[in-house]
Amino acid sequence: MEFNSNTNHRLVIASSPHLHSRWSTKQAMWLVVLALLPSLIASVIFFGVYQLLIVTTSVFFSVLTETLIKKIRKKKISIADGSAIITGLLLGLILPPNFSITSTAIGAVFSIAIGKEIFGGLGFNIFNPALVGRAFLQAAFPVAMTTWQKPYYAVDTITSATPLASFKFDKAVTEIQPLILGNIGGSIGETSAVAIIIGGVFLIGIGIVNWRIPVSMIIGIMLISAIFWLVDPLKYASPLFHLFAGGYLFGVFFMATDWVTSPITAKGMWIFGIGIALIVVVIRTFGGLPEGVMYSILIMNAIVPIINRLTTPKIFGADK
Amino acid sequence: MKKNKTLSYEFIKGLWEINPIFKQVLGMCPTLAVTVSVMNGLAMALATTFVLVFSSLLISSFRKLIPNQVRIAAFIVVIATFVTIADLVMKAKFPELSKALGPFVPLIVVNCLILGRQEVFASKNNPLRSLLDALGNGAGFLIALVIMGGIREIIGSRTLMGYSVLPNSFEPWLIIILPAGAFLTLGLLMGFANLYVERKKRIELEAGIAKYKAAKNTLDIKLGEK
Repeated sequence: MEFNSNTNHRLVIASSPHLHSRWSTKQAMWLVVLALLPSLIASVIFFGVYQLLIVTTSVFFSVLTETLIKKIRKKKISIADGSAIITGLLLGLILPPNFSITSTAIGAVFSIAIGKEIFGGLGFNIFNPALVGRAFLQAAFPVAMTTWQKPYYAVDTITSATPLASFKFDKAVTEIQPLILGNIGGSIGETSAVAIIIGGVFLIGIGIVNWRIPVSMIIGIMLISAIFWLVDPLKYASPLFHLFAGGYLFGVFFMATDWVTSPITAKGMWIFGIGIALIVVVIRTFGGLPEGVMYSILIMNAIVPIINRLTTPKIFGADK
Repeated sequence: MKKNKTLSYEFIKGLWEINPIFKQVLGMCPTLAVTVSVMNGLAMALATTFVLVFSSLLISSFRKLIPNQVRIAAFIVVIATFVTIADLVMKAKFPELSKALGPFVPLIVVNCLILGRQEVFASKNNPLRSLLDALGNGAGFLIALVIMGGIREIIGSRTLMGYSVLPNSFEPWLIIILPAGAFLTLGLLMGFANLYVERKKRIELEAGIAKYKAAKNTLDIKLGEK
């Protein structure tokens, strides 16, 4: 947040609203990196050291692309703000384990070039860059993007398919415990709910992530999926399954809460979170794909400007 | 249109200056929909050019007879006639190509590029100029569609004109031959086209400024000598 540079001055003259944050952009970005570490460690435990190579490739090419584009556009090189590093990290963590390194690099370049820099750089992008990259890879290499490696320490009953896919296509319910631990099939960093929650709660605790989006998303998906579950518990998945399976928790704490692409008002954040939850449940229950967190966050990203406009508080005393 | 423009200009302007895709941004539907390969793009552009050339020729010949109030309807009837010819010929002679292009050949009738050229140019100019204008616009359209088709075919299916051009180790990007890829390719191409135009303008401007400064300098020196 650029506002922070003002706090060094004695007298600040700026138009309202006067937003302040404890952290500068730079500090915040590094704290997000710290919060992602548990997921990264969990991924190495469950899927092997190779995943570090994927994440490193993703980070390297994100930073490289950002540097090159800033050079071409003759803008200040802004690697130090860490946003390209985070985009790279996030992209790496939402790819399937043992994904091709070349494709990872393509995705990272696309994330930064098309997802962020083409809109004007950090702060101007409409969509979450990491998700743009993943959506691109999903459409470009659909087979590779849905090939899941069987995790180490996997329980015998669990195949290499993701819990959501096995529920969707075979009606096989995965127990909650492996979903929480993370020894299930899935993207590199999104299988272990415990690791994600540690990182997410840390981010909320130090005030980098506003609690409203995670809370509204969690309550939203529990309530919406509970309606279906109560109607027919055999046909529809339970609320807890919806919450812990797939990339939902990762989306809750790290994707939907992106400063740039989420609403700025409190009411807007609730609308945003519940909207994502609703689209996720609809895609998972009625859609052709087993998982829809990526698309639902991207769809809600698209309407964030409208949410912001509709939920901006009225100026006191002003005409409607 | 001004009468002092040369005949060759009427043709050449369509290639770049008022290129249907990059400058007028007309005829987007076939551009996005059929350019999954060079062959499709080429066939589509040739069919469109055929319709455009003959409609322009006919409409500019009759331009003084067509009442202003019903001109659009008259244009459409003429265009539809040639589209029907193109469609039937394609079906008879190139059935596979016709199948690949699907409904987009009959849809040439609503291609705004063709109606646009009739409204803006053919209905106001003599047949010779209209013919050259139609040929130029058709050629511009063809160039754009072939470039689009080429890029999408190489990246999306690893081939060019049906021949394999990239090694098997290159995994084709499926997205490029999907509709989303059409938007991406077109958007990036237009972005680069605009970048090129802006660069050129800036260079011309800088050259102009330099010239002005040089002239001013020599003038100052001369004045100083006096």
